[in-house]
Amino acid sequence: MFAKAGKWLDDRLGLSTLIELGSHKTVPVHRYSVFYYLGGMTLFFFLVQVFTGVLLMLYYRPSANEAFESVEFLMTVVPFGWLIRSIHSWSANLMVFFAVLHLISVYFMKAYRAPREITWASGVLLLFLILGFGFSGYLLPWNQLAFFATKVGTDIAGVVPFVGEWMLRFLRGGDRVSGGTLSRFYGWHVAVLPAITTVVLLLHLALVQVKGMSVPPAAEEESRKRTPMKFFPHFALRDLSGWIFALGVLAALAALFPWELGEKADLFAPAYENIRPEWYFVFMFQTLKLVPGGEILGLEYEAIPILLFGALGALLLLVPFLDRRASRDGKSVGWSLAGVAALIFVVAMTCWGYASLLPLYIVFITTILLMLFAFITRGRREEGR
Amino acid sequence: MDANSPQPRRTFINWFLGSTLGAAAATFIYPIFRYVSPPRIPEATTNQVDAGDVNDPVLKDKGFKIVRFGAEPVILLKASDTDYRAFSATCTHLDCIVGYQPDRTRIYCNCHGGCYDLNGRNVSGPPPKPLTAFKVNLVTKGSEPAKIVVSRA
Repeated sequence: MFAKAGKWLDDRLGLSTLIELGSHKTVPVHRYSVFYYLGGMTLFFFLVQVFTGVLLMLYYRPSANEAFESVEFLMTVVPFGWLIRSIHSWSANLMVFFAVLHLISVYFMKAYRAPREITWASGVLLLFLILGFGFSGYLLPWNQLAFFATKVGTDIAGVVPFVGEWMLRFLRGGDRVSGGTLSRFYGWHVAVLPAITTVVLLLHLALVQVKGMSVPPAAEEESRKRTPMKFFPHFALRDLSGWIFALGVLAALAALFPWELGEKADLFAPAYENIRPEWYFVFMFQTLKLVPGGEILGLEYEAIPILLFGALGALLLLVPFLDRRASRDGKSVGWSLAGVAALIFVVAMTCWGYASLLPLYIVFITTILLMLFAFITRGRREEGR
Repeated sequence: MDANSPQPRRTFINWFLGSTLGAAAATFIYPIFRYVSPPRIPEATTNQVDAGDVNDPVLKDKGFKIVRFGAEPVILLKASDTDYRAFSATCTHLDCIVGYQPDRTRIYCNCHGGCYDLNGRNVSGPPPKPLTAFKVNLVTKGSEPAKIVVSRA
């Protein structure tokens, strides 16, 4: 009976064509293959965000008078409310973390070479969207930290010449951070950003399917010699075990370190001591702290790093179009060195911002874990096909 | 080109349809653009506020408090027993709210470490401009000062 139902469905949906296509999909095997799992990991955390985000919407109330109380209610009264919110917060952080890891690995493997320029650009766009999710979601609990982070973040937009003032008012929904800002951020966080992200994500995933995995120039020979891994079931099962492991880590983090709620936003209270944004903004935050007050040619000093970071963001988006050499020769040492310099800057500034070496340790631990995962997931060593 | 050839006619139609579509898009985009730009709501100008009692426990305890001056936060600090000062509490750097540190006799912003002296001048850290000063008046009750009134300088 199942066979008959299957046939009926297949006649109408053409599933066997898809299955046939999927069965041919392979993943190149070489010593850097482990990096192919990072994008899938980011996708997993994104799916967790969608799922937990929908659940949070059942209790959350987006208004200045009720937002904090509704999250407090969720955390203290609603059964497992604390768990859902903590998973949402932890998963958000891990999603940013893995998106960044994915970006770093793709950058250094030069996977953005022709014909994958648009895959890269859509990926960078997705990272910016993720950061937009992080920034807008941050305000929603309406606590002190959220209030000041939003004040500073939106004021930064106001620094941009010519369009700054409009951007600031557009973001805040008025001149000041208020309940109106909360409504706007909520709208972006649950409707506008998810809609845009879905489209860009589908494009990104489709391009990965169409163009296949990029093999880094340094591993081309090795990849030719070794048998590629079938996506179904070998790669997909490895992906899946990673996801299950990630889910376990997520549950443990949420249970052991439930996300704090802090104090309700007070529009008339000084910023508290050691106030700091999320870790992924700390390098910019620390840079801003170091720039002294002053003005040059009508431009305040603080605008300089802000505009510079903006320009670097645009540069990141355009890397494949600027680094033509990588597509031509498979190598571009200058761009690799620039990437290393940027990484050192970000890690060093983050360490400085926290006045701790923890960020550096996390870099080391991540490297070791990636090597371990590379070892576990390695394909068979047989030569030739 | 021959006037009877279909090409100019096609070009004309393409141009005509294209500009119609462009105009239609503009009529959609303009209202949306205006809609997402928040309207400017004039705030009632506040010129003077009652900043509370001289013996306010917060003021006594911390040496300062943040006063609501309309929608604007203003910091009222007690430099000495008889010396009260008030400044805009909005850090001129990136819009955080400053506090007073009596032990270090400075106004300090916890966000990015901006420092102001007790005259509101930006002395170190990122702030580009001084804090706007406000006037403090003490209303006496009998011979003792009782109430603090903050007004625009």
